[in-house]
This record gives sequence, C-alpha cells and structure tokens, in this order.
Amino acid sequence: MSPLIKTLLIAAVLLFGTAASAFTLEEFQFDSPAQEQQFRTLIGKLRCLVCQNESLAASQAELAQDLRNEVYRMMRAGKSQSEIIDYLVARYGDFVLYDPPLRPSTYVLWFGPFVIILIAGFFMLRAILNRKPGADDAISDADRERLQALLGADAAGPSATGSLPGGEPKQPT
Amino acid sequence: MAMSKSVRYLIPLVVFAALAGLLVWGLGQDPREVPSPLIGKPVPTFSLPTLEDPNRAFTDADLRGKVSLVNVWASWCSACRAEHQSLMALSEMPGFQLIGLNWKDDAADAKQVLAISGDPYTMVGYDPDNKVGIDWGVYGAPETFVVDRQGIIRYKQIGPIDRKAWEEKLQPLLEKLNAEG
Repeated sequence: MSPLIKTLLIAAVLLFGTAASAFTLEEFQFDSPAQEQQFRTLIGKLRCLVCQNESLAASQAELAQDLRNEVYRMMRAGKSQSEIIDYLVARYGDFVLYDPPLRPSTYVLWFGPFVIILIAGFFMLRAILNRKPGADDAISDADRERLQALLGADAAGPSATGSLPGGEPKQPT
Repeated sequence: MAMSKSVRYLIPLVVFAALAGLLVWGLGQDPREVPSPLIGKPVPTFSLPTLEDPNRAFTDADLRGKVSLVNVWASWCSACRAEHQSLMALSEMPGFQLIGLNWKDDAADAKQVLAISGDPYTMVGYDPDNKVGIDWGVYGAPETFVVDRQGIIRYKQIGPIDRKAWEEKLQPLLEKLNAEG
C-alpha cells in the first residue's frame, strides 16, 4: 500500500470520526442565539444514562437523542430550565444530574473530603505540637564516637569531613 | 497518648484494610443499575396502541386490579432474546399478568419475534417513539417493572430476569403482593 493511499485512508477516518462525534445541533431550530445557548447549557448539565460519563450534549446513544428531543420540545413549549430538570429527575432520578444536589443522602459526598482534611489536619497539628524540641540532636556517646570514626575514616582528622558532600571517596594521600 | 506503640503501628494497616474492603465491595456493584425514583409511585398515565391492533388502546387502567409484570423489550435487543425463554415460562405461572412494552422498535420486527419464538405477553404496548419509555424512566432494554393491584410501581428489574433475580427479588415480591390482596 502506497503512503499516499494510507494517508488518504487516515484522513477519511479522521473526517468521518469527527462527523460521527460532532453532535448535530442543526436539526434543532432556535428563535435566538440566547435560546440555543440555554439549550446547550442545559443538555451539558444532564447525564446520558446509557454511556454514563457523557452528557446529553456529547452522547450519541439513541436514548440521549430521545432525551435531547424531549428537552427541546419542552423548551419550545416554554418550560423553564428548572421545570425541565425536575421532569427528568422525577423519571430518572438524581443520576441524570452531573451536579449532585445537596441533601442528607449526599452529605457524605459533599462534606466527606472536608471532614477528612479536618481530621488529618488535627492529627498533623498535634504531631507538630507534640514534637520535643532538640530531640533529634540527642545522640548517645557511643553513636557520636561511631559517627566520628566513620567521618574520619578516610582521613587523619575531623577536617576530612569536608570531603563528604562530594560523594566520591577521597583517596588517602 | 495511652495507646501502646504496637497498637499505634496497626492503625495504618486497619485503615488500609477498611479502604481495600470498601473498594472490593465497590467492584461488586453495578454502576449501570440506576435506582428508579418511581418505586412506590403510581404508574404514569399513558395511552398506547397495542402491537397487534393499532386501534386498541393500552392504558394505565390495564395495570390496575391485577398484579403485573411490565417487561420492556425490543426485537433489536439481544439480552431480551436471551430473556425470552424465561418469560415464556413465567407466562404459565398464576398470580400476575405479564405485559410487554415494545420499546423503540419496528412493529413488523417485533411481531416477527413473537411469531417465531412465542408470545408470552397478555398484552403488548407499542412505543416506537419512546413516549411512554421516558415517562417510566426506561433507559435500556430489558427492564421489568413490578406493578401492584393499585397500579403502584413496586420494583424495577434492570437487565434480564435471570434465576437469581427471580428467586431473590421477583418471586418473593409477587407472593407478597398477591397476599396483600
């Protein structure tokens, strides 16, 4: 297969791919750009129940198409945004909303993260306040001697410690 | 803190075990099963033609006075075909009427399925445009609603009625509804 044909094939796939994923607003007629904007906002807020992580605006599922038509029909009939949302929630439950409503059953969802942060913050604060000052400096005499022996192992005296950050062992001269 | 050190070291392990337990439980959940807000509510008012006779109306009144299973199906739905045999068996059982809701389908295709594999339904409503489907909150096929004598939706089975669903949910519920009188 020549590179040209390959390129054309890829181009065709890309073209049809976009055509398929672009949701066609053309079939809906609006009185004003504001109304179209309202429609777009609304279907962006509603979840498709078939492909669950897609909004009604993005989904190509047939059910999403039906629901878009329904939302459009209700909008044309003069229903308000909240009336349309209530209508769908009454049938499909809160699940159709991308923004879960604040109510007792969703308190854990809304406040859980803050509660966890508060608890974690409490423990962190307590750990910081309880830390004994200077505790890290306390080394036993035996450890101190051992440390000095290690630091001074490659040189005659404590001045050799200066070579440590270099990483490379200093050759005895 | 009064807790001994060894106990304190166990805390992360316990937290981890709890989290792992929660996640394992989550794996067993089916995110496709969206609970219906219609449970405990009366069936929406509707009027549809029946599949067999476009002049005959099938309405919510047909769901009163008897315990009903309302099965949403379509000829294009392969899970519905898998379910068909169990529906045929259910149609032999006493105590409830099995109603079909032919959903987003073509009448000719639907009739052909019933002609070939048998018709388990007392009555089939024909809803090609998803008018009644939306009112019932249908989002896939098959789905089966259990409706009591007063026309209240008591349960919604999402997906085919298999042995587990029948034995654990539907059969006990139907017995209870029949006992309610």
